[in-house]
Amino acid sequence: MEPAEILSNPGGAIGVGWLMIVLPLLGAAVLLLGGRRTDKWGHYFGVLMALASFVVAALVFFQLLGFAPGERRRGVSLYEFIPGVADMGLLIDPLSVSFALLITGVGSLIHIYSIGYMSHDHDRRRFFAYLNLFVAAMLLLVLADNYVALFVGWEGVGLASYLLIGFWQFKPTAATAAKKAFVVNRVGDFGLLVAIFIMFTSFGSVAFGEVFAKAGAESQGTITAIGLLLLLGACGKSAQLPLQSWLLDAMEGPTPVSALIHAATMVTAGVYLVVRSGAAFFPGEGTASLVVTIVGVATLLAGAIIGTAKDDIKKALAGSTMSQIGYMMLAAGLGPVGYAFAIAHLISHGFFKANLFLGAGSVMHAMNDQVDMRKYGGLRKYLPITFITFFIGYLAIIGFPLLSGYFTKDGIIETTMEHNAILGWLAVVGAGITGFYMSRLVFMTFFGKARWDEGVKPHESPAVMTWPLILLAIGSVVLGAFLIVGNRLMIFLGPAVGRPEELPEFHAVSPVGLATLALVALGAAYAWLKYGRQEVPAVAPRGSVLTTFARRDLYGDALNEALFMRPGQWLTRLAVWFDNRGIDGLVNGLAAGIGGTSGRLRRIQTGYVRSYALSIFVGAAILAGAWFVVGTL
Amino acid sequence: MNTITAPAIEYLQLAPLLIVFGAGILGVLVEAFAPRYLRRAMHIPLTLLSLAGAFALVIVQTIKGVPTKPSAMGAVAVDGPTLFIWGTILVLAFISLLLLNDEDHFVPAASAVPGSAEEERALIEGNVHTEVYPLALFAIGGMLLFPASNDLLIMFVALEVMSLPLYLLCGLARRRRLLSQESAMKYFLLGAFSSAFFLYGTALLYGYAGSVDLAKISTALSANVGQDALLFTGAALLGVGLLFKIGAAPFQAWKPDVYQGAPTPVTALMASGTLVAAFGALLRVFWVAIGELDWDWSPIMWGVAILTMVVGAILAITQTDIKRMLAYSSIAHAGFLLVGVVAIGDAKQNATALAAILFYLAVYGIASIGAFAIVTMVRDAGGEAWHLSRWAGLGKRSPKLAGLFAFFLLAFAGIPLTSGFFGKYAVFQAAVAGGAVQLVVVGVVASAVAAFFYVRVIVLMFFNDPAPDGPTVVLPSWGTASVVGFAALATVVLGVFPQPVLDLAQSAAGSLFVR
Repeated sequence: MEPAEILSNPGGAIGVGWLMIVLPLLGAAVLLLGGRRTDKWGHYFGVLMALASFVVAALVFFQLLGFAPGERRRGVSLYEFIPGVADMGLLIDPLSVSFALLITGVGSLIHIYSIGYMSHDHDRRRFFAYLNLFVAAMLLLVLADNYVALFVGWEGVGLASYLLIGFWQFKPTAATAAKKAFVVNRVGDFGLLVAIFIMFTSFGSVAFGEVFAKAGAESQGTITAIGLLLLLGACGKSAQLPLQSWLLDAMEGPTPVSALIHAATMVTAGVYLVVRSGAAFFPGEGTASLVVTIVGVATLLAGAIIGTAKDDIKKALAGSTMSQIGYMMLAAGLGPVGYAFAIAHLISHGFFKANLFLGAGSVMHAMNDQVDMRKYGGLRKYLPITFITFFIGYLAIIGFPLLSGYFTKDGIIETTMEHNAILGWLAVVGAGITGFYMSRLVFMTFFGKARWDEGVKPHESPAVMTWPLILLAIGSVVLGAFLIVGNRLMIFLGPAVGRPEELPEFHAVSPVGLATLALVALGAAYAWLKYGRQEVPAVAPRGSVLTTFARRDLYGDALNEALFMRPGQWLTRLAVWFDNRGIDGLVNGLAAGIGGTSGRLRRIQTGYVRSYALSIFVGAAILAGAWFVVGTL
Repeated sequence: MNTITAPAIEYLQLAPLLIVFGAGILGVLVEAFAPRYLRRAMHIPLTLLSLAGAFALVIVQTIKGVPTKPSAMGAVAVDGPTLFIWGTILVLAFISLLLLNDEDHFVPAASAVPGSAEEERALIEGNVHTEVYPLALFAIGGMLLFPASNDLLIMFVALEVMSLPLYLLCGLARRRRLLSQESAMKYFLLGAFSSAFFLYGTALLYGYAGSVDLAKISTALSANVGQDALLFTGAALLGVGLLFKIGAAPFQAWKPDVYQGAPTPVTALMASGTLVAAFGALLRVFWVAIGELDWDWSPIMWGVAILTMVVGAILAITQTDIKRMLAYSSIAHAGFLLVGVVAIGDAKQNATALAAILFYLAVYGIASIGAFAIVTMVRDAGGEAWHLSRWAGLGKRSPKLAGLFAFFLLAFAGIPLTSGFFGKYAVFQAAVAGGAVQLVVVGVVASAVAAFFYVRVIVLMFFNDPAPDGPTVVLPSWGTASVVGFAALATVVLGVFPQPVLDLAQSAAGSLFVR
């Protein structure tokens, strides 16, 4: 089934859909411009704006449900800068609204959680301002009806991410990590930009509707080029190979940031981009789609392997995020049959990964900001709520039957299997490794003996932090079944991204599913042997070559340094030299030339009225003479 | 004996004109009969109300429907473009008069020798020249008639009615008196000189066509009478008179001197109102009377446009007086507008180009009044801080004012999200559609050169240290403050939401000039 037509603005909540973006933007503006005056109530204001945005998103969602499925794509024109070239509007359709609900829903919970988490930080107001800015930019990204506005949102979330990773910029590591995230993202952004340029020259427009309509008639080469460049952008934002290196360092930011931006929402923007552009550029066959699936599988394995070796709880989770987004990418590369699974996994992942990160934050809160899991142990008795919610999130991510991840991840694996068996089995292996590293993480943190530093007295977090955990845990349990059983999400998204004519059937028991479960159980059991039953050494053992390989993030940084950083530095020096010698000489020479001409011409302006009159006379003579010449030709 | 029949005059169509002239005459009566201390209090409401009333009538006329044939026995054409130009001029005149209203711009006794005891005495007595109000009204009336005239003689009369009061007003600056008087003298002499060209051109064209009516001249062209010498010389000389008024090169020499010497509010009025009126008249002559001849005059206009843009942009670079710099900037902008004049073609192309020019005129006029209003507020001991070096570091002392000035400069440079961007964009787009791509390339290059001297002032204001004895920023009167506020607001709004005014200009231009 092809995507539906984009219809006109029906008014109502959809007509004021821009409020979703404007409200958090207002929050950011008030908090940033208001300065210290808003310190007392700033965080509440920030939460209020996020919640209000959620309410609008919910209203839009329900209004959309009121239309027949084929009429659920609505364009809301907001502003025409240069008509036909740079217009601004929103595209409210099932896909964008799903994202809006996820962003504002999970975003609001994380805002609330942050009240407690950041209560001791004297810059809490600034933190909330940036969070609001992020929510606004992310909503612009998913709600925009054209690539340029999407790009503005894209850069906006990049900025918010930069500001929030470096929020504690007094720590040199945080400042460096922020810079690294920014630079690596730039590579991806470049790809997205060039893709937009090509679209504009090929189709004369950057609006989704027009681009998709005209893409069918374009040559395959152009379509593939645009697809690959879009994928480059998606790789940067979603930390996919080869642009994955920034995500692990991004964990330097406060934990709610890791949960909101670097797990639940921003890093999934790449998946959004691929699915949104899918109908035109990633139809499930052809080079671009194939590359998407390969990138997805490579990343899901790489992330999982990195996750096995990390002792820092947040970095282990970050590896897991990479890996899970790899699954989404893989699904998105499968064409219409995969889009819904990608988005379903994205939404349920948004919940359980936010749940896990916030749980990790709660643990850190209890352990004086200690992140090394070797210094944890036996925490389940001391942090009961955190433990239970975390454990639910854990079961969801490893794909324990009947929890969210079971439905969504299994859907991806089964669909891949039909598409390409090699990729499918690799995805199964990835699921097994997930079972290992997540179990390792849980056993090291909540089971075994206490290996705490001296003076640490773990305590459960305040209600403002535990309630979001509970809500997210509920989502982690039920969302998967809700979205997948009966193909609910696939039918809902159909009008926006298209869907296969024959809906896939969900098998509760299938050979592939059983194989996956078996591998996951194996992974979990191995983790129990190594980290549950045995004593966990307080200092990491040296480990084998493979362990080092995983600990060093698969040598991604070393590779980047050797391949890009050092040659880049040389190139920079060369460019500076060339700029100083060549370009500056030309530019300065030109400027001096114009300035000199100006100085000489100025002398004509003598100030004597007689010479002015003479110039008029001569001018008139030339004019009349020229007229004769032209006229009699 | 022949009986003379009274001409049929459409009074309602001409009402905006009549109101402004009537108010001018009333102003003279006030000067003659009202006691000195009451005059100002009477002039201000009279002047502002008459302009507002005329503006209201223009709107009424627009809503009622645009007349499709010339009024007053074919002498005056109140058509779509005229109504748009009238509306623009009236708005520009209104805000210029708010600026003019600050009496300390004008000399207490114009007839006194500069620096004499007599002048000193008049200053102490607190004399003011309230004549500036009726003078300005007459000039504005002339500006209204000039682009509306459908007949070369009426156009000449309008030209003089517009110019003569301006010559006087130029000489009335309170400070730098000698410069002011010199500028008035120069403007007068050169203006008279160019008027002579205009009149001579009119006479030659009469000789060619047997009429001074624009439509009849146009008809005579199609009849091809075959006295090309008369036609070419006449049209060229007429062109000289008109190009002089807009300050196109090589007839631009007066502009910097006059803009510099005139009281700044008068400069603002000239930089906006006169330019709009003169462009209206230029378009009417070149598109209506000799529009058929565009194959002949287009290449010449190309040359003039290029020369004007280049001279304006390049000479502005080395200026040190802020008003002279703005004068050269105005010359460059006249060149950009001429690019639009060249974009003549079929009816649809003409409507596009005309709409672009009208929009450009409106937004440029508003921005330049705003810029000159700010110039009046930055003062040294001896009056306005004219030397650019005195503006160094202004951004650190009064960031708001410097920010606004920077904003107007960016609008002149045509940076997106200011109204200037759309003005330039529309004109250049029309010219490209009209096939004048090379001209647009020159225009863009000249814009780049022009951006240099605009941005240089911004750098000077924000990135240089203020001089210890730097100029002070006076607290603006309500008039000046509202002028700056209005101009800034209009420049922002038209830069972000230009569509309503663009649509208005398009519908005004859609009917083209009546014949």
